[in-house]
Amino acid sequence: AVPFVAGTYVSDASAQATTPPLPAGGERVVQTCSTFDCGGKCDIRAHVKDGVVTRISTRPDADLDEHMPIMRACVRGRGYRRFVYNADRLKYPMKRVGRRGEGRFERITWDEATTLIAAQMKRIGETYGPGARFVHNNTAVSGGAFSGHTMVKRLLNLTGGHLEYYHSVSMGNTAAITPYTYGTAATGNSLDTLLDSKLIILWGHNPTETIFGHLNHYLQRAKDKGIRIVVVDPRYSDTVAAYADEWVPLLPTTDNALMDAMAYVIVSEGLQDQKFLDTYCIGFDEVHMPEGVPPGESWKSYLLGEKDGTPKTPDWAERITRVPAATIRHLAREYAVAKPAALIQGWGPQRHVCGERTARGGSVLPALTGNVGIRGGWACGYGGIGNRKFPASPDMLANPVKGKINITTWTEAVEDASQITPTTGLRGAEKLDADIRMIFCLAGNYMANQNPDINATVKLLEDERKVEFIVCSDLYFTPSARYADVLLPETSFMERWNLGATWGSGNYFVLSEKLVEPPFECRSDYEWLAEVARKLGVEQAFTLGRSEKDWIAALVEDTRKAMPSEGVPTFEELLVRRVHKFAGSESYVAFEKQIRDPENNKFSTPSGKIEIFSKRLYDMKNPAIPAVPRYVPSPEGPSDPLAARYPLQFITWKGKNRANSTMFVSPWMKQVQQQRLWINPLDAEPRGIHQGDPVRVFNDRGITVVPAEVTPRIIPGVVALQSAAWWAPDRDGIDRGGCANVLTSRRRTPLNGNSHQTNLVEVRKA
Amino acid sequence: MGNQLGFFIDSARCSGCKACQVACKDKNELDDTRLFRRVTEVHGGGFVPTGTGGYTQDVFAYTLSISCNHCADPICVRNCPTGAMYKRAEDGVVAVDTKRCIGCGYCAWSCPYGAPQMNKATGQMSKCDFCSDLLARGEPPVCVGACPLGAIEYGPIEELRARHSTLAQVNGLPNPAVTRPNLVVRAHAGSKKEGRPHA
Repeated sequence: AVPFVAGTYVSDASAQATTPPLPAGGERVVQTCSTFDCGGKCDIRAHVKDGVVTRISTRPDADLDEHMPIMRACVRGRGYRRFVYNADRLKYPMKRVGRRGEGRFERITWDEATTLIAAQMKRIGETYGPGARFVHNNTAVSGGAFSGHTMVKRLLNLTGGHLEYYHSVSMGNTAAITPYTYGTAATGNSLDTLLDSKLIILWGHNPTETIFGHLNHYLQRAKDKGIRIVVVDPRYSDTVAAYADEWVPLLPTTDNALMDAMAYVIVSEGLQDQKFLDTYCIGFDEVHMPEGVPPGESWKSYLLGEKDGTPKTPDWAERITRVPAATIRHLAREYAVAKPAALIQGWGPQRHVCGERTARGGSVLPALTGNVGIRGGWACGYGGIGNRKFPASPDMLANPVKGKINITTWTEAVEDASQITPTTGLRGAEKLDADIRMIFCLAGNYMANQNPDINATVKLLEDERKVEFIVCSDLYFTPSARYADVLLPETSFMERWNLGATWGSGNYFVLSEKLVEPPFECRSDYEWLAEVARKLGVEQAFTLGRSEKDWIAALVEDTRKAMPSEGVPTFEELLVRRVHKFAGSESYVAFEKQIRDPENNKFSTPSGKIEIFSKRLYDMKNPAIPAVPRYVPSPEGPSDPLAARYPLQFITWKGKNRANSTMFVSPWMKQVQQQRLWINPLDAEPRGIHQGDPVRVFNDRGITVVPAEVTPRIIPGVVALQSAAWWAPDRDGIDRGGCANVLTSRRRTPLNGNSHQTNLVEVRKA
Repeated sequence: MGNQLGFFIDSARCSGCKACQVACKDKNELDDTRLFRRVTEVHGGGFVPTGTGGYTQDVFAYTLSISCNHCADPICVRNCPTGAMYKRAEDGVVAVDTKRCIGCGYCAWSCPYGAPQMNKATGQMSKCDFCSDLLARGEPPVCVGACPLGAIEYGPIEELRARHSTLAQVNGLPNPAVTRPNLVVRAHAGSKKEGRPHA
């Protein structure tokens, strides 16, 4: 089981180059990182002895660099060995026997597997056109610069192209809408500036569990400094427990009502930063409106109820949000006067059907209070940090297929691609030439498990007349892998080369070295893709003659060339240093120039100003995405008539013990947090539900049966499951795994985004 | 015992992430069930309707990361019929002598902190030994070095008490009079309220 490309990696020369001197019994300690879809990229040190990782350690106190603090490994990082060394790993290439989805496979050789894949790529490309070939969304080994989901695109593009998708199901809604306010989604400051805040409001943000870059370092410092921290969240998350001076629970999808009422309090009490609004913004009041808009459309008019007769008072919002009016008043006043104050939005609230409205609602509050462009403030919305730098990525080459779909429409592209038009988010083409006939599901478990409405999705996948060939690679037999025609055993990050960078914050990258040989017949995606390339006659163009390690060295070199002044190490130097912290990552404040010198620095919006009123949204004439952010009741929100049948709102959270669905099967991680339905005693009691009782959570889309966690840590009217548990249907199709996506909906947001969080359910004792 | 070692846990800082718990499993090669260090949650409070559509609430939750407290009066040592469970003279660490342990389980039954745990593979007791091997190399116990928020400290207990306090019990922990644990706790604000311990 020696990988066919990797054989030469462990030569004496390379072992010497990568071995820092270490005395204890031939053990070497190597700083590395996972390359999962995890925002941390924390300090993981693998102890390797005799070709085996014997334990994990992390950064000692003395190694903390205050200029670029890298977090110590979180609970997931500490558990990596149990993930890598596990008898349940996929061991051999397999092909499906029996019906698709039935779960029956037989072992084949790598030669058979790659021959099959090459033949199907060719046949499907020739029969239906290259646009029938699709690479699915990636929710796992996509946190590295070099992964299968990237390289398969290179191979597809070398052989005619493939159907591409856009949109991030993690944060695509806020990324799409934030530029309507600021002209860019990069609205965040470097995190050291938070220590100048007087108030930090984390709105639907749970970095303690999600591990959002190195935010936890700064929140901890902020707490030590006595900076007040408020967390707005339907759930008393671990972030509330760790940092919050105050928890403000609200009903999901009602965030805009709370924002509206905060703005109402600020405006009606004259606490707004009027000079800031007059200088930098458009749309706050009737005298600062774009051309061609009738009167009464400004934010102020809306808040005061001048057109609809409903002032957006705290009493109005209390009935919608469940947040007491008195709490709304004090939160609004505090945010208005505690200058500078940082209101930071997480990505959970924008994963709703109203996600764009919620993100936009948050993005205008800092303008109202003058907290944009200053240290200690925060412009909100998406919150990308503008001075972030990343290592180079491999070139995927030009894709001859021009049409790009929103990932939320991939099931339509399977069913009948002619349904997909520019109105439903098709880009680069007026129509698609082919239905999806071939899927590569590499680097993730999205295809079935993380896709909303699993029951509908798998029906589609089961139909062999639609998608004719599915290739999956994974470490484990995931619910998505169940639908593979060819199933390949991937390597873990300890068994292959990569570069990892955070997606949250933190301006550095880490070498993820191949530490041990892959077990059994596991191969990294690149290795089998190279074999497929050979069989398709494009091996040299695909590999450029490079091994996986060569590619990583080349990416480091590309990074050096792209950023000559950054002091990026050579690959040889990186083998010693392990981490590169980008220079010039000192304090950064978004929009500092625009605020300091507005005459010469415009915002990149049509008006050149912060657009509280967006003419672009106004012209869409879609009441679900109004020109001025405002509360609009959501389908499957608390006021939907459907609530008569399904009275509980159902949401998910990203838990501490896995990155999406990765590590779900690790017994250590299951021990950390059991999959249970969080339900408030006020909802549990009338249903006769006690702690630990198995309960049936259901709506028209599906049923899951899980134990109940009766806890005050969630607002009444709302129940929640940790996201991305593995779907485990019984014979009757009832999920026994606590998988949220049997309940979630494929409904799309106004800008065609996903809405995993917006669901109504009922709960009964099972 | 002047060199008695102890732990300090900052429950006001702990987020309940359980990195300590898993780091301990990893370093000590524990099977899937045993936990030498365990993180438990205490929560309480609730929601009351305002009568005007909303809810007021006084919810709180906090976590306690507890291992063996290497007690001054270790009931596990007292109850061990073979003398296998002993308190080390030089640093007060409570350890198991596997040459003597017969796996009767009396220690586990008597310990109010659940520290001694059966190693099913050997049929003998096992427990936190303060990472004696790491201490010998001048490194902190793995849990201390693992905490991403720096919420666990270790050292001579008198130093920890001088630096922090003598508090060894908050709601969710047993009465310290039973075993006199070498533990110092910084209380979470919620621990002053009436909470329910919860796994």
